[in-house]
Amino acid sequence: MTDNPSPLKFHVPEPEVRPGGTPDFSNVPIPKAGSVDRPPVDVDPRTIRDLAYSIIRVLNREGDAVGPWAGTLTDEEQLDGLRHMMTLRTFDARMQMAQRQGKTSFYMQHMGEEAVSCAFRKALNPGDMNFPTYRQAGLLIAGGYPMVDMMNQIYSNEKDPLKGRQLPIMYSAKEHGFFSISGNLTTQYIQAVGWAMASAIKGDTKIAVGWVGDGATAESDFHAALVFASTYKAPVILNIVNNQWAISTFQGIARGGSGTFAARGLGFGIAALRVDGNDYLAVHAVAKWAAERARSNLGPTLVEYVTYRVGAHSTSDDPSAYRPKTESDAWPLGDPVIRLKNHLIRRGQWSDERHKQTEAEILETVISAQKEAESHGTLHAGGKPSTRDMFEGVYAEMPPHLRRQRQKAGV
Amino acid sequence: MPRMTMIEAIRSAMDVAMGRDDNVVVFGEDVGYFGGVFRCTQGLQQKYGRSRCFDAPISELGIVGAAVGMAAYGLKPCIEIQFADYVYPAYDQIVSEAARLRYRSNGEFTCPIVVRMPTGGGIFGGQTHSQSPEALFTHVSGLKVVVPSNPLDAKGLLIASIEDPDPVIFLEPKRLYNGPFDGHHDRPVTAWSKHELGEVPDGHYTVPLGKAEIRRPGSDVTVLAYGTMVYVAQAAAEETGIDAEVIDLRTLLPLDLDTIVASVKKTRRCVVVHEATLTSGFGAELVSLVQENCFYHLEAPVARVTGWDTPYPHAQEWDYFPGPKRVGEALIETMGA
Repeated sequence: MTDNPSPLKFHVPEPEVRPGGTPDFSNVPIPKAGSVDRPPVDVDPRTIRDLAYSIIRVLNREGDAVGPWAGTLTDEEQLDGLRHMMTLRTFDARMQMAQRQGKTSFYMQHMGEEAVSCAFRKALNPGDMNFPTYRQAGLLIAGGYPMVDMMNQIYSNEKDPLKGRQLPIMYSAKEHGFFSISGNLTTQYIQAVGWAMASAIKGDTKIAVGWVGDGATAESDFHAALVFASTYKAPVILNIVNNQWAISTFQGIARGGSGTFAARGLGFGIAALRVDGNDYLAVHAVAKWAAERARSNLGPTLVEYVTYRVGAHSTSDDPSAYRPKTESDAWPLGDPVIRLKNHLIRRGQWSDERHKQTEAEILETVISAQKEAESHGTLHAGGKPSTRDMFEGVYAEMPPHLRRQRQKAGV
Repeated sequence: MPRMTMIEAIRSAMDVAMGRDDNVVVFGEDVGYFGGVFRCTQGLQQKYGRSRCFDAPISELGIVGAAVGMAAYGLKPCIEIQFADYVYPAYDQIVSEAARLRYRSNGEFTCPIVVRMPTGGGIFGGQTHSQSPEALFTHVSGLKVVVPSNPLDAKGLLIASIEDPDPVIFLEPKRLYNGPFDGHHDRPVTAWSKHELGEVPDGHYTVPLGKAEIRRPGSDVTVLAYGTMVYVAQAAAEETGIDAEVIDLRTLLPLDLDTIVASVKKTRRCVVVHEATLTSGFGAELVSLVQENCFYHLEAPVARVTGWDTPYPHAQEWDYFPGPKRVGEALIETMGA
């Protein structure tokens, strides 16, 4: 028994800066590009615990690719990557505008996070399966999924592959390794582990990828996923996209006293890495490393992508109410598109002029896809999925009660 | 008297409750600094400090589970689940823990929590921002379930819920936050500032749980409704010219059976409406009670108008939503029977 105990205090973490303050990321340690070791893929996870606290970076300030993680992509592949990120950014801008014009109800953009999903996609094989959140459309863009189909889904029009049933951007594209997005947070992280376990049970060669944001790691599904992945050594990559903000809630509320989100993996004995999420080359290198581990029966890898959500959470959100407007300018890891562009210019593979020209070409491609999609309708105008579609697909075979309801609805 | 939206009335209820009782704490996702995605808790952290109103990690089971622990200690948590569609991870904490704590400990521990959550559709929110899960809670012994339909009630019911000694599920029809939406999605909605039920006293008052309110007296048929459907039913009555008596249940559990039975015995006909899916919906319970209590007075089968038994669709929102046309058809059918 303690005599005269002092009163307890309730602790609630707060971000360092709020609107009106000066953005300051000086407390975010950014290791030099090229300074983090690249262990062999069969490394014992217990010996690389420091990788959960550092940041793997390839592109340095000068635009050179340096260190042991460099060199996983050819110039041509890097040029493709740049185009994918530029395409995603243009796609986002057009769809964001379409939402503002009332052509759809809702949109979520990727501004600042384009490298994560675009680069990651290039480390996968056909047949691998992503279980994405709502901010990984780069998996589709970089995987060659038709933009028109994405827009048809966003518009809930007559060509919507999902028949108007789902909220915009909650795509589903099995052939492209893109699992149906739920919209509920973290529910699919453990499903990725289950899918990977199934692949192992069947002696297949496919791997799975779970995706979650920093805030949503707080959901219990996250912890269940880590337990199962660890226990069954599932061939899965568990991605955490730490973009600093969960709507208005800064990442410290989900992270608590843990140093990093990657460090969450250590207690489970899972190999855990942190990577510069705004560095296309670093993201690809780490994804490739993790995929190799999964494919070699070496088990799961947890990867934290350190990035920043430049835009609003969604078209329903206004970030100026909870963070300084200029905070994204102060973000120390820069812009993923500009960084890869500068690197390619430095290598003599690219120029400002070609960049501008490509931007114009991409805009034209996106606009032409948009025109095609809009010819099939937008949310409130033109062709739309039928009321009949609403009743289909609840079950494989429509039960009598639903058939009666459909008749009652007169469709 | 001040005019308030439903959001302001709900905020005012928490403000009043927090001002009167230090044990009232408010938390949830985005609830602290930002004041909630619907702004229901705006300014509360500033006024009462971070120990009384704070942001929670994105863990609904964490939010409810922590609230159960706090309530057992003696606090009165009024917590927010950002959308009712997100409550399922917390279902175990609500069903197995909050609802049963008093019973299984023989009153040694109790659970006076309020779980607030926006519910219902009409905002093109798709299947993850539109659901009406009230029946999942009315089915659980130990819970009370409240669904306000206007600012005046919302404040009084929320204060009563916070002061209640047992767990209360407080469902806020989000389509009513800014005005009495009657299902005519192609027409502008009257703002609460222009509606008599938008007149809300500043200070403390309660609307008792378990008391329904007759919103539209009538003699032809009784309509049992709650939340958004109260206005849909009123619109249907006006548009069909059928003199329906529209009862706003306000609390589903405890239920004001006396008001229901008196009305149905008077009109001899009854239509039950809700936005949630049909099968095993709360309407089934209402129909059973009407049948048990009014069978010999009924002149027509009791009809139900509800959402269809499908997930809430995005593009087909207004085909799904049981609007005034469908309610009107049921009124006509019930009168003709």
